[in-house]
Amino acid sequence: MRRILLLACMLSLTACSSLGVKPWERDLLAKPEMQLAENPMEMGFDDHTYFSKEGSSGGGSFAGGGCGCN
Amino acid sequence: MQLKCKSKTFANISLTLAAATCALVAPAMAELSTPEVSEIDSWDVDLGLLIYAESDDQVQAYEGALSVTKQIDDERSINVKGVIDVLTGASPNGAVAQNRAQTFTRPSGNGTYTTAAGDTPLDDTFKDTRVALSSQYQQQLNRQWLYSGGANVSKEYDYLALSINSALARDFNNRNTTASVGFSYAYDTIEPEGGIPNPGAPVDDPDNRLEDSETKQTLDLLLGLTQVINRQTLMQLNYSISDVSGYQTDPFKILSVIDSDGWANDYVYENRPDQRTKQSLFWRTKYNLQPSGQVLDVSYRYFWDDWGMASHTIDSKWRMSLANSHFIEPHIRYYNQQAADFYRVYLDDGQPIPEYMTADYRLGELQTYTIGLKYGFPVAGNEFSVRLEYYLTQVSGDESLAKGVGMTGVDLYPDKSAIMLQSFYRF
Repeated sequence: MRRILLLACMLSLTACSSLGVKPWERDLLAKPEMQLAENPMEMGFDDHTYFSKEGSSGGGSFAGGGCGCN
Repeated sequence: MQLKCKSKTFANISLTLAAATCALVAPAMAELSTPEVSEIDSWDVDLGLLIYAESDDQVQAYEGALSVTKQIDDERSINVKGVIDVLTGASPNGAVAQNRAQTFTRPSGNGTYTTAAGDTPLDDTFKDTRVALSSQYQQQLNRQWLYSGGANVSKEYDYLALSINSALARDFNNRNTTASVGFSYAYDTIEPEGGIPNPGAPVDDPDNRLEDSETKQTLDLLLGLTQVINRQTLMQLNYSISDVSGYQTDPFKILSVIDSDGWANDYVYENRPDQRTKQSLFWRTKYNLQPSGQVLDVSYRYFWDDWGMASHTIDSKWRMSLANSHFIEPHIRYYNQQAADFYRVYLDDGQPIPEYMTADYRLGELQTYTIGLKYGFPVAGNEFSVRLEYYLTQVSGDESLAKGVGMTGVDLYPDKSAIMLQSFYRF
């Protein structure tokens, strides 16, 4: 399962060199709502909540530690 | 709109170097300074409030956060963030429901609390205030390289967490591809009320305490790749591995010891391994629909560890712009987790106590669903948003374990629901 996932992810990125845009085509990507960390504070609240209530953490950012939240 | 491309700003890198778990999220690397908002020597302030409320008088959390980012010059910025949490309410202690009332000694060893027949035992001595501070420095080293480093400290009544992080990102392929590598090291100290319990020892044993405090260390490695696919699409792929060593047991959680009639005649403290390696693969795509400008944000995470746990998470948001800079954003998240190897609903009387055991539902088999809506609009020229979410946890397991007169008909796997209200203001 893990290998298949990894392979699929890698395959999806093998064509990187032919992907992408020219500098003058970044109008949409430059918009605030297209940033990956559009609202770090919201991500922080969510990560804290799900870390406290579920058995998994990390992925989008460090799995970390940092509180005795239960 | 006239686009003045600043060579010094990185459009789409995200090295959210956070000890993610405790809202110590550092500023994302290179939040793009768009021409409209790019001002050297500017201050950006983010305010956030969270109210988290579980049903049935369980956990209530109130959290406030203030984040200030100072753009020092074209290449450098520094962020400082403070968070205050207040927690109250009751939390399941790990014991199973019974067809008679149960009385438990409080974790401090002082006093007792009683659970009614048929109810899941909840420890109501659950109160805490947490204060966290973090700082993150970011520097554009040259056209291709970006560095970020930071430190966090978090203190609550019985817990101290310290961490540092560092990351590098490099652009390739005309800034269409970004590779990043990040490290984080955390050192946590827990000093529970009454001391560290002796694993497997009966709760009522007067000699069931070991030392006063314990520590754990966490080392994280995060490898990331972001790729611009086309004018409308951005993709992110992360692999992360986290090595945790030290005390990972919950000193407040216990297990019922059940006899052949289903009665709990004893309770013992849980025990978790002092080593855990967690790994995850994370894939995310943001897509800007044209001509509407709506943004679809979908992510999937596969997580696994050496405790036998694995999980799938699907998270999706759909942002729709309305008139006058208002927007709405529906949100759906689904999470599915298989139980850790040493998860037990209860222990059987007469059987040897296992080395590792927990009845904490958070290490059991569960599914969670989040559904929510965010609404944003300008206030005094700045963005204000409010977000309301419903969070449902469904625990599952072998129903036939509810045996004998002691447990027939009781719910061993109660659902849990919560409402989350968040608001944000940026200026």
